[in-house]
Amino acid sequence: MILAIASGKGGTGKTSVAVSLALAAAGAGRPVRLLDCDVEAPNAALFLPVEIAEFRDAGLLVPEVDMAACTLCGRCAEVCAYGAISVAGEQVLLFTELCHGCGSCARQCPTGAISERRRVIGAIESGRAGAIDFAQGRLTLGEAMATPIISQLKDWRLAAPPETLVILDAPPGAACPVIETLRGADFALLVTEPTPFGQHDLEQAARLARESLGLPTGVVVNRDHPGDDTVDAYCREADLPILARIPLDRRVAEAYAAGRPLHDALPDGPERFAALLARIEAEVPA
Amino acid sequence: MKNLVVLSGKGGTGKTTVTAALARFAAGERRLVMVDADVDAANLGLLLAPREREATDFVGAEAAVIDAEACTACGLCAEACRFDAIAAADGTYRVDPLACEGCRACKFVCPEEAVAMEPQLSGRRYLSDTRLGPLFHAHLLPGQENSGKLVTALRRDAEAWAERERPDVMLTDGPPGIGCPVIAAASGADLALLVTEPTPAAVHDFRRILGTLEHFGIPALACVNKADLNAERREEIRVECEARGVALLGDIPYDEAAMDAVRAGRPVTDGDAPRLAAALSAIWDALRPHLDA
Repeated sequence: MILAIASGKGGTGKTSVAVSLALAAAGAGRPVRLLDCDVEAPNAALFLPVEIAEFRDAGLLVPEVDMAACTLCGRCAEVCAYGAISVAGEQVLLFTELCHGCGSCARQCPTGAISERRRVIGAIESGRAGAIDFAQGRLTLGEAMATPIISQLKDWRLAAPPETLVILDAPPGAACPVIETLRGADFALLVTEPTPFGQHDLEQAARLARESLGLPTGVVVNRDHPGDDTVDAYCREADLPILARIPLDRRVAEAYAAGRPLHDALPDGPERFAALLARIEAEVPA
Repeated sequence: MKNLVVLSGKGGTGKTTVTAALARFAAGERRLVMVDADVDAANLGLLLAPREREATDFVGAEAAVIDAEACTACGLCAEACRFDAIAAADGTYRVDPLACEGCRACKFVCPEEAVAMEPQLSGRRYLSDTRLGPLFHAHLLPGQENSGKLVTALRRDAEAWAERERPDVMLTDGPPGIGCPVIAAASGADLALLVTEPTPAAVHDFRRILGTLEHFGIPALACVNKADLNAERREEIRVECEARGVALLGDIPYDEAAMDAVRAGRPVTDGDAPRLAAALSAIWDALRPHLDA
């Protein structure tokens, strides 16, 4: 099963829930793999004794122009949808940071003057954290495009034996890096908090996961607080099951600040997350 | 005009709460314009009761569509697509609009001219009035690629307005992360205020956003939210700021009243959160000379 943890709003506890579910599965002797797909802010490794064993560059194919073969016809600039290549006077200007690596300039060049080279924009790493198989991506500082790194991380480490639980820790938001993470998942678990911010961003994430991608979807309410019904009311109306609640508690926040995920910070953490995992599996169509 | 952007690297550290409080102080002294550049999760408006003045559809990217009648299922399009967006289906090929990046590679290689590009409505941009000043904000339709483009369009709206109206301060609530939408929100800013927390994840991401801002040459200031959760990590942040020449403007205590203010839909400075209001007022006092410089 491939389980993606997403949220819309940042800082609701995605990573802590993802790590806790991985620890619960590993504690039950189940093969588990955790992929940290939040390549802009990869934090799962901070909660686990990760030992990286393998490292690869993550990159994009960008154009390189052989000026001896170029006739300055401008076809490359015409086919580029991103403004990453242009002809100015006797020169071809490349703006590689805008290039998505689609390859059209090279394919369409009538004289074959354009070849492609790999431009490194980040790294993907894999290793182990105790019984957990672990992998993560990292976007290089100053680079804009997170999505290709997520895609390369998944190409490399998503495929696993059927009995393995694969957990994908998604970035916040509801745009392309989140879509790239959620594609191909069997279930989307959305972590939220019971505030208007949490609710607003949960709606965005639920629309993406359930309506656009058609994934079975459930909710974890973190920092739960008696007397606040906003998220509950929305979930009832939208028919989104709330699969777990984690109480608002300064002691939990302090444990998190000391580097302990919810699994270790809550007195009944292992039982709670084993139960959450069972509820998720009950929601996934066989 | 000074252009200040609030960022954090890690999400959920309190950017919007800090932005709303600073807006409240700034509006008492200066002509202010606000931008909510977190278009994936636009929350600043939830604290400011915006009254919509103008709305504009945002057409971001195009997506390819294959005419099944004209398609001969040769498969050249799927071969050319590097985004896994085209797959064979029912004797023809189909484009997954969520995966399509609008590059047109398929259109160029199709021998039957069966591929058309269709503009995608990806969101709406708004100019609204609030009691603290005008707010430029946007709604990204979930699943639309490229929130960075929408952020850039929103920034252009705000800058064109500022060109005419000459406000003193443009205050931008930024998105989490360090990639495309963050770069779009921060480009051209005079200053960034980073909101961090004394937790391993927030400190890790604080270093990443600092490195990103250094790359683009944008000076950074910092403040620490929930500063009393962990003394050791609070000290780590101080040392990091000192080493990088980042002014640390102040601390905000852990206080569940922050969530109550969000629930009440108002900045923490307006309600029953005296400790938070005092801390943010001190941060505003420390920020003022940087805006005047």
